Amino acid sequence: MFNKFLQVSSLSLMILAGATYASDSKMTGTVKVDGSSTVYPITEAVAEEFAEDAPRVRVTVGISGTGGGFKRFAAGEIDISDASRPIKAKEQKLCEEAGIDFIEIPIAYDGLTIVVNKENTWCDALTVDHLKSIFLDGSETKKWKDLNPEWPDIEIKKFSPGTDSGTFDYFKEVVAGKTGAIRSDMSVSEDDNVLVKGVSGNKGAIGFFGCAYYFENKDKLKALPIHNGTSNVMPTSKTIESGEYAPFSRPLFIYVNKASASKKAVDYFVNYYLENAGEMANAVGYVSLPKELYERSQNNYKNLRTGTQFLDAEGEKVIGALATVYE
Amino acid sequence: MTGKEPSTTLCSNTSHQRGGRYLIWKKLIDRFARTVLGCAASVSIFTMVAIVIVLGTETYSFFQLEEVSVSDFFLGTEWSPLLGAQKHFGIWPLICGTLLVTLVASLISIPLGVISAIFLAEYAPPIVRNFFKPMLEILAGVPTVVYGFFALTVITPALQSIWSGIDFYNALSAGLAVGIMCIPIVCSISEDTIRSVPNSLREGAYALGGTKLDTSLKVVFPSALSGIVSACLLSIARAIGETMIVALAAGNLAQLTLNPGAQVQTMTAYMVQIFLGDTDAIGVEYKSSYAVAATLFVMTLSLTLIGAIVTKRYKEVYN
Amino acid sequence: MSRLPRRSYKKKRMYNYLFATFCVIVTSLSVAALFTLIITIGIQGWHHLDIDLLQSYASRFPEKAGVKAAVWGTIWLCGICVFTAIPIGVATALYLEEFAKKNKITSAIDINISNLAGVPSIVYGIIGLTVFARMFGLFGTINDPLVEIGNPMTFFYFRLPFGSSLLVGGLTLALVVLPIIIVSSREAVRAVPSSLREASLALGASRWETVQKVVLPKAIPGILTGSILSVSRAIGEAAPILVIGGFLFIRFTPENVFDDFTAMPLQIFNWASRPQEEFHAVAASGIIVLLCVLLVFNSIAVLLRYRFQGKS
Repeated sequence: MFNKFLQVSSLSLMILAGATYASDSKMTGTVKVDGSSTVYPITEAVAEEFAEDAPRVRVTVGISGTGGGFKRFAAGEIDISDASRPIKAKEQKLCEEAGIDFIEIPIAYDGLTIVVNKENTWCDALTVDHLKSIFLDGSETKKWKDLNPEWPDIEIKKFSPGTDSGTFDYFKEVVAGKTGAIRSDMSVSEDDNVLVKGVSGNKGAIGFFGCAYYFENKDKLKALPIHNGTSNVMPTSKTIESGEYAPFSRPLFIYVNKASASKKAVDYFVNYYLENAGEMANAVGYVSLPKELYERSQNNYKNLRTGTQFLDAEGEKVIGALATVYE
Repeated sequence: MTGKEPSTTLCSNTSHQRGGRYLIWKKLIDRFARTVLGCAASVSIFTMVAIVIVLGTETYSFFQLEEVSVSDFFLGTEWSPLLGAQKHFGIWPLICGTLLVTLVASLISIPLGVISAIFLAEYAPPIVRNFFKPMLEILAGVPTVVYGFFALTVITPALQSIWSGIDFYNALSAGLAVGIMCIPIVCSISEDTIRSVPNSLREGAYALGGTKLDTSLKVVFPSALSGIVSACLLSIARAIGETMIVALAAGNLAQLTLNPGAQVQTMTAYMVQIFLGDTDAIGVEYKSSYAVAATLFVMTLSLTLIGAIVTKRYKEVYN
Repeated sequence: MSRLPRRSYKKKRMYNYLFATFCVIVTSLSVAALFTLIITIGIQGWHHLDIDLLQSYASRFPEKAGVKAAVWGTIWLCGICVFTAIPIGVATALYLEEFAKKNKITSAIDINISNLAGVPSIVYGIIGLTVFARMFGLFGTINDPLVEIGNPMTFFYFRLPFGSSLLVGGLTLALVVLPIIIVSSREAVRAVPSSLREASLALGASRWETVQKVVLPKAIPGILTGSILSVSRAIGEAAPILVIGGFLFIRFTPENVFDDFTAMPLQIFNWASRPQEEFHAVAASGIIVLLCVLLVFNSIAVLLRYRFQGKS
């Protein structure tokens, strides 16, 4: 309750103190955004504040999932695609074939959080190997005691984002790698709110999603620290930004259609987004990038730098921290 | 004589006063009107044709995909079109989820609906009828989202406090909400059928010394049985096709289970999952939702057809 | 004279009373369920109910969230649905009752209509998406229309394919309620006494003139009642809208029929599926608004029905 009060009052102060640049209440146009449900809270927040600034610009925000968003983006149906992972080689090819150039813009850090039910008193940390045996297809693990004989004989009920979700893709890459597959007897939903409710309503449940959904529902869920190779690390803004919360710290992106960027309304919206992404990300529970990275993003957008820096010429993934890969 | 009388202008438009040309004009208008109305009537035919064609062609192209085999679809017991090392397309977990919710719903709606119908038609004095009937009409008019919300915020917590082993998303609370929603359907159709049983039958039973109970259960009920059965079939069809309640309360885990406290995924919930996420027209997931829709359509269509046949064939004819 | 011994007849009467009480209890259970529904939702949504709810848009803060975009979306949708479904439905009813010969084709149409009434609404949503929104892919993709006339920001705008728009939503809802309108209009037209028709025909009127000047005026109250009830059904349908448009975060009201939209049931669905209790309260207030609108519609229908019954 106090948290909400803080959020509301701080945002009202920001609005009262005046926007960082002149508001334009006469501007009209449409901005269509779709994609990741992880990035959605940030885009929703920006769109809401933006509506105060330029009330006659119509912004629609959908939640089809990162994969679904990219499909629509490659079909030219939307101006901006929210993504919780970099664009894949397949999707890049689709955009090329359709003649769509995109500008890649990272906007925040997320720590993919593994959560269990609040009544789960036995599990205090998990390793990636634990996660592999819980989630991989072909694994025999069904109950908590299969992981650790001291743990109770309760079935592990798994809740996962859908296959259109960037969060799912990211998790799959870490846990299953290139060759593995995630098992199918899980409760699956594109809507992270459904996952929150599922985990909070079931004693033996486990699930994963972006950290904003955890921080928003802290009273209902228990986050598990993950062993990053040296110690157990909880997802906090510090550990996510420094990359200590591994391997689940990741950047969140928006991809802007270069042709749409020439439309006044879209251009205005993207600039507004870049100015306010940090505040909004922190407000909804993610971690803002350091100022320098936002400057890089703004430069790249101003120069209309197209293409992704996370895939090399052969279409292979470029691995590394955001600050090193993105220039 | 109540009601408006036929317009007096009709009298002045009779043909012998106006001549042959007017008659031809009237005939043309008549023809034109007939065609226009006929076209309107054909909209309903085109709708059915469109449903069959769209579902049919997409399902056919679904089965043409290499990952899918017809035998897997109809005989397989695992439904995992999106996950797992190997995709499975057995429809039975989804059908099982749908039928489980429908079973719970029918256990509520059919007994409550039929007994309420008997009560309202046979026992209730007019004052009581005039109170209960509008209540049931209101129950019928409540949107299904509201029932879903009710299931999520009232029924599920109540069940969780009684039965601790129950999942948050479960078939039981969704089934209860669907059942409450279907009570008015069973009740109103059954009541109409019961009331159409002529009084002569009842009076005959009373004359032979029967009580009201005897009459209702042994004379009226069997006569009205065909209408009651078709009402039940209609309510089952409605429960099978219900979307919003199960999408909110029943969960997203396709599994073969008879445990109403477990999560299930109904056919409609699967379609919602696909359409919420994926938006293009290619891909095996998208086409799988068409196949599921086709199965759903066939199931509800058969139920409505059987209901119509039952009414026609077994309807009591009173002289 | 009674041939039954006194004792067994007393037993029978006792069973009769027991059954009667049993019936009362069971029927009251249904009503009790309804009251539980209304009271729990009322309690949850009451304190959030104020004029701001109707004037604000959806928001990520439950205190600021409102239903303005959703209400306008529902109004536009029902308008389109009404203007499409009622003419077609009434015309079909008139055709079937007045003009069509009683042959196999008409009984086939009869069966067809009762089958259409039993089709789940999500199937209609799928049809609407394929036929109206995408138009089988014949006219280009949704964001790259083949035909585009006018400015999308004004009322006068037309595009092919229709896309995920209000028009498609309204047409799909029209398909959903069409069987209901046809059935209730047929009842209303059937209720017009045939003596009136025969008198009109005897005076030399053509079939269409009879329908236009005699049958239709008498049947209109019944048709109106049925139409209003079917509109109440359309207002509450969320499944077809979900399939056509998906959930969108929208902070504006529609400009023309080809605009993006959201609707009341869909907004309630979105709020209800969130885990925060505050959003459940907002959903409950949205439900109260929706139920009030439905109550108004149904009361108008009931009033019309009493007036109609009173007249004849």
